[in-house]
Amino acid sequence: MPSFPRVLLGLFCLLVAVLLLAPTLVVIPMSFNGNKSLAFPPVGFSWQWYDNFFRNPDWTTSFSNSLIIALIVAVVATVVGTLAAFGVSRAAARTGGLLRALLITPMVVPGVVLAIGIYAVYLDTHLVGTVTGFVLAHTMLAIPFVLIAVQASLEVFDRRLETAAASLGAGRLTVFRTVTLPLILPGILSGALFAFITSFDEIIVALFITSPYLKTLPVQIYTSITRDADPTVAAVGTLLFLATSLIIIAGLLLGMRRART
Amino acid sequence: MTASAGAAIEIRKASKRYGAFTALNDIDLHIRPGEFMTLLGPSGSGKTTTLNLIAGFTDISSGTLEIGGKSVTGLPSHKRNIGVVFQHYALFPHMTVGRNVAYPLTLRGIRGEERDRRVKRALDMVKMADFAHRYPNELSGGQQQRVALARALVFDPPLLLMDEPLGALDKKLREWLQLEIKRIHRELGTTFVYVTHDQEEALVLSDRIAVFNGGRIEQIGTGRELYDHPATLFVGRFIGESTVLRGMAETTGDGTTMIIGGQRIFAQGRLPGEARPVILLRPERVGLKRAGADAVTGENRLSGTVTEAIYLGSGSKYEVRLADGTVAVVRSPLGAADFAIGDTVDIAFLPTDLTLLPDDASADVTLT
Repeated sequence: MPSFPRVLLGLFCLLVAVLLLAPTLVVIPMSFNGNKSLAFPPVGFSWQWYDNFFRNPDWTTSFSNSLIIALIVAVVATVVGTLAAFGVSRAAARTGGLLRALLITPMVVPGVVLAIGIYAVYLDTHLVGTVTGFVLAHTMLAIPFVLIAVQASLEVFDRRLETAAASLGAGRLTVFRTVTLPLILPGILSGALFAFITSFDEIIVALFITSPYLKTLPVQIYTSITRDADPTVAAVGTLLFLATSLIIIAGLLLGMRRART
Repeated sequence: MTASAGAAIEIRKASKRYGAFTALNDIDLHIRPGEFMTLLGPSGSGKTTTLNLIAGFTDISSGTLEIGGKSVTGLPSHKRNIGVVFQHYALFPHMTVGRNVAYPLTLRGIRGEERDRRVKRALDMVKMADFAHRYPNELSGGQQQRVALARALVFDPPLLLMDEPLGALDKKLREWLQLEIKRIHRELGTTFVYVTHDQEEALVLSDRIAVFNGGRIEQIGTGRELYDHPATLFVGRFIGESTVLRGMAETTGDGTTMIIGGQRIFAQGRLPGEARPVILLRPERVGLKRAGADAVTGENRLSGTVTEAIYLGSGSKYEVRLADGTVAVVRSPLGAADFAIGDTVDIAFLPTDLTLLPDDASADVTLT
């Protein structure tokens, strides 16, 4: 029989969990609404909003736009961010600290301020409403996440293993491929995931640099909800929730297997 | 791991400077093929720097370094074909023991059955064959170091470097592994260069020992040479136990007389030049006698008080505070007279059972 304080602690944790999850969970029943309204609780049951998401070109195009942009961003930001993390962690302590502070500014500066700056420059350079424009802006926003994740991995990485590998006959590139990379890979992968998500659900900058011809999913959600309270939004939300949950669960399981071996 | 001829190492006038700091000051060191050479010294004495120079982890600032008759200046460590064992094991945590040991073979294009055979043989040599499928974090420190040894030897390097490989292990394990390392060295004929600050370990393992101090080599020789005939006060104090006597000295004919705490001591021999002499005594060359009793002709006597008496089974060890405040260490064999703390005694030694050395203040730095 667990003691009373233990039960109390358990209940409290449950309460916090509900508070954190409730706003997300509300979306799920709303997505099966039988009426054309975003009301909660929903009335009736239907798959029509899911159907709409997969049939309406406004939604499918914006979804594939977001997917393409986020994938490119994940690749570019991971490569650039990983290289930056190496630079920061292997430079002299003071230089490294300064570089790091500079590189994570996109995380600290208010999004609106950044968005205004980016918009102003993009107007001149005709990057508004282009995939290149989105990729550049989102990569900038994503690099700090990769930097932080990879740097954390590098900090626990024992550099003496590189010396050992060299003594066994490995050149610098081989050392990186066979020792350094496999050992910091978890950091790189979580950086890549963060970069993907950063781009995929980015809205502030996207609202500034979007155009009628190139909308990302968050922009489409925002315009549709402000224009006609379309419950398709709830269906999209539910799908995204499921997708991210699956990714995170897969990541956790993978991490658990790794920890056991 | 075929018995291959070890490589000779020839270091001439080598220095290593880091900015204004000189880590290694103009050393000469010749290591013979197949020799077990230990670089011994306190931390910061330059022994690890020397190892790093040989391994190619750092560049030489001036001087020459030849391995197996060839200059290796500018040759990166991965092309030197030298096995290295580190204090911290440095096994790759993401590879099994078997893959760790196979790593240097794969890099050399050795694959398939030949690779498996050599991995097995290397693991057999260190008695770790049953652990091939384990990961390093599932092994104890001693087991990890044995795997590291197998990995450093599996590609038959003519030279093996070891940087305090047993430093992180407890005493029992250390002693056992010392004997294992000695056995492996005998079996392979590879040149071993071993870095340690533990003089006992150096004596157990080495053919010859190079004693480092302050970026210089003080003396190179066998353990016996270093113990019986130290060239400097530092070496005398670093190797084994010792008592150092200082006093007013004057040379008389072929001997030296020294006044210590008002008593006169005669030492065989004299120092060349103007250096101030000190007397180094080994604890087992000194006898303990009741004050004023049992005199032997020509014997030196210094009176003092027993401050520590330790029974060791094989004999006893005493510490005696002399009149001038010096604490002398004495080891008496089984069967010698017993003394207790507080007894007034004489330490006794012959003029030939001591070493005269030039005084050197730097030798008084605490030795660990």
